[in-house]
Amino acid sequence: MSGRYVVSIDQGTASSRCLVFDHRARLVSVAQKEHRHIYPMPGWVEHDPDEIWRNVLTVVSQALEKAKLSPTELSALGIANQRETTVLWDRRTGRPVHNAINWEDTRTDRLCQQLAEEYGQERFREKTGLPLSTYFSGPKLRWLLDHVAGVRERAEAGEVLFGTMDSWLLWNLCGRHVTDVTNASRTLLMNIHTLDWDDDLLSMIGVPRAMLPEIRPSSEIYGEAGVALAGVPVASVLGDQHAALVGQTCFHPGEVKCTYGTGSFLLLNTGDRPIASERGLLTTLGYQLGSSRPTYALEGSIAITGALVQWFRDNIGLIGSAPEIETLALTVEDNGGCYFVPAFSGLFAPHWRSDARGVIAGLTGYINKGHLARAVLEATAWQTREVVEAMHADYGGALLELRVDGGMTANNLLMQFLADVLDAPVMRPIVAETVSLGAAYAAGLAVGFWPDLDSLKRNWHKAAEWLPKLDPEVREKGYRKWKKAVARTIEWLDEDDWLAADLVSLSGTQ
Amino acid sequence: MSGPIQSIERAAAILRLLSGRSRRLGVVEMAGQLGLPKGTVHGILRTLQSVGFVEQDRDSGKYQLGAALLHIGSSYLDANELRTRALNWADALATQSGESVRIGTLHEKQVLIVHHVFRPDDSRQALEVGSLVPVHASALGKALLAHHRYLLADLGSGPLPSYTPATITDVKRLGHELEEISGRGWASEVGDLFPGVASIAAPIEDRRGVIAGAISISGPIERLCESTVPRGELVGYVMETARTVSRELGAIPW
Repeated sequence: MSGRYVVSIDQGTASSRCLVFDHRARLVSVAQKEHRHIYPMPGWVEHDPDEIWRNVLTVVSQALEKAKLSPTELSALGIANQRETTVLWDRRTGRPVHNAINWEDTRTDRLCQQLAEEYGQERFREKTGLPLSTYFSGPKLRWLLDHVAGVRERAEAGEVLFGTMDSWLLWNLCGRHVTDVTNASRTLLMNIHTLDWDDDLLSMIGVPRAMLPEIRPSSEIYGEAGVALAGVPVASVLGDQHAALVGQTCFHPGEVKCTYGTGSFLLLNTGDRPIASERGLLTTLGYQLGSSRPTYALEGSIAITGALVQWFRDNIGLIGSAPEIETLALTVEDNGGCYFVPAFSGLFAPHWRSDARGVIAGLTGYINKGHLARAVLEATAWQTREVVEAMHADYGGALLELRVDGGMTANNLLMQFLADVLDAPVMRPIVAETVSLGAAYAAGLAVGFWPDLDSLKRNWHKAAEWLPKLDPEVREKGYRKWKKAVARTIEWLDEDDWLAADLVSLSGTQ
Repeated sequence: MSGPIQSIERAAAILRLLSGRSRRLGVVEMAGQLGLPKGTVHGILRTLQSVGFVEQDRDSGKYQLGAALLHIGSSYLDANELRTRALNWADALATQSGESVRIGTLHEKQVLIVHHVFRPDDSRQALEVGSLVPVHASALGKALLAHHRYLLADLGSGPLPSYTPATITDVKRLGHELEEISGRGWASEVGDLFPGVASIAAPIEDRRGVIAGAISISGPIERLCESTVPRGELVGYVMETARTVSRELGAIPW
């Protein structure tokens, strides 16, 4: 161990970021650069992999420059990345053969339906822990093999390679074709029990093994970086939500984190066994550190949380900025009996109703804009409770505390209400950048920058804690009303609405 | 520096009258209450009307506050927005200093705590967001008062409430300290509010150059001070964070 710092690259959906941390997990420097979203058709979303790689190089040098650091002061580099986004490139030239297909892209909708009809959802779920959905990489990869001229033959010959964003960056950083277990667990191609590509899955989806990266643990030295980072060991790879689980130091079975952004992601550490969900949650890898056994997780995602506040700002216009919703909500004492279920594209976990659409329930002449603002914020808390309940029904036990991060944790009213409806303490850590921190932790562990998990736990400090203080009767009545409001969203879509709704894939995540 | 401009003082007095309970007043009433000639009041009202700060009701001929003024008032930076924009930097200040961090804004002659980051030692602490602290006995309050000096008059002329023997109770002495504070750009209190506890604060400026709030660290006197003088290193952290948050809010970089 030579350096005093660890660098993280967070290759996200909107931007690429580089963060530098010191030994006490203090943020030393940040740089960020957004990349283009390319929309060739409705429902199609692409990135330019070359642009992303250039941006990564730029943010790395900017972050080092800002803190006046040279690569010799860096102990390791870690990668956290947007999950499922799919890249294909030429082994010889290193050039992408097509734009990357983004996780949000729904062009594989029909393909997924066909696969489900032919083989059945269960066969995929048993092996991968995932439902067949447009979100995951396998169908995107198949689409590229089918639609880009000559690619299938070259892929079979091992001349065209597949990777998620992590593999693309690793290939460019240190010339190896590898991925980690968490990213591989989002492809529909890896068996989560064997942690290897599964021949049955490969043949069902129609993917040649020769083009797939080697699956490695999330934390080990994959190689040394070239370019601006000459000699720095590249030592971790994690999908972003998995990185947040590590950044929140949820290392014990039963520990849960939730990242609140546009949508929100709950991950529950289930220890060394994968738990099959009966309530539509995803079974996924938490992380695998070095040669130790893999840690599994249950994942529950909520499609619309921060997005509802943005919708309220942009489409309704009662507030000028997202934080003002708290000010508006504080003009009233409570929701006045008003509930807002944002089933904008159906209900996700744990209901899985594609025929549902959004509802504002309990309207009376008494309701004003303040009550609506409350209902908008409370929707995030009630949805969290539904997913938490589903998780614990699958896993057993009860929620002891919830560790939160992400932009919405700045909303004090929401965080208090969340503690109230969960009837459990809600805690925000002092380093809000849990995704980047998680990648840094995994990389630092691999090179001995941090000795063990306990030393990471000691870096976790509470920045704020909200304790439940709502009268249980009020809480349960509120939850009852929420469930009644949810019931009113169901069966909204009719036969003749389905054509339009076909664009929306409903069984997935994110 | 020249003295205050009389006509502006009078215009301010008229606006204050109109923001009072009655809301709509005629020229005669205002002239009577302010002890000014009717013609003077009328002239000022006409100017205020031309810039949209007051409006005249057609039927009654009485005056009320204008829409332009209300807009200026409501475009003050939202406290929740301030917290959101300051979040990362407040966390960094807590990690750097090892002390708890608070952000406050002025609220009816007191300081409203709009953000609170725990001291990073995992001891039991309660979130203080939403609580009020006295403006003259807190570093946050002094940092804010130093830039809103007119509020000093609202505190009255009698002795201010005392919380510890160190609390400044004399308005004149407070005025002197505020002058020093605005000169050096940071405020402190050393046991003014709670015995043994000190705070250091610096003001946060929004994009219009208005002081929108202040950020502070608080902790035991022996950690924050060299005898009773705030440690330079910690003062530096607080001022640097205040500047970063101000930049984040779009204040002119300095």
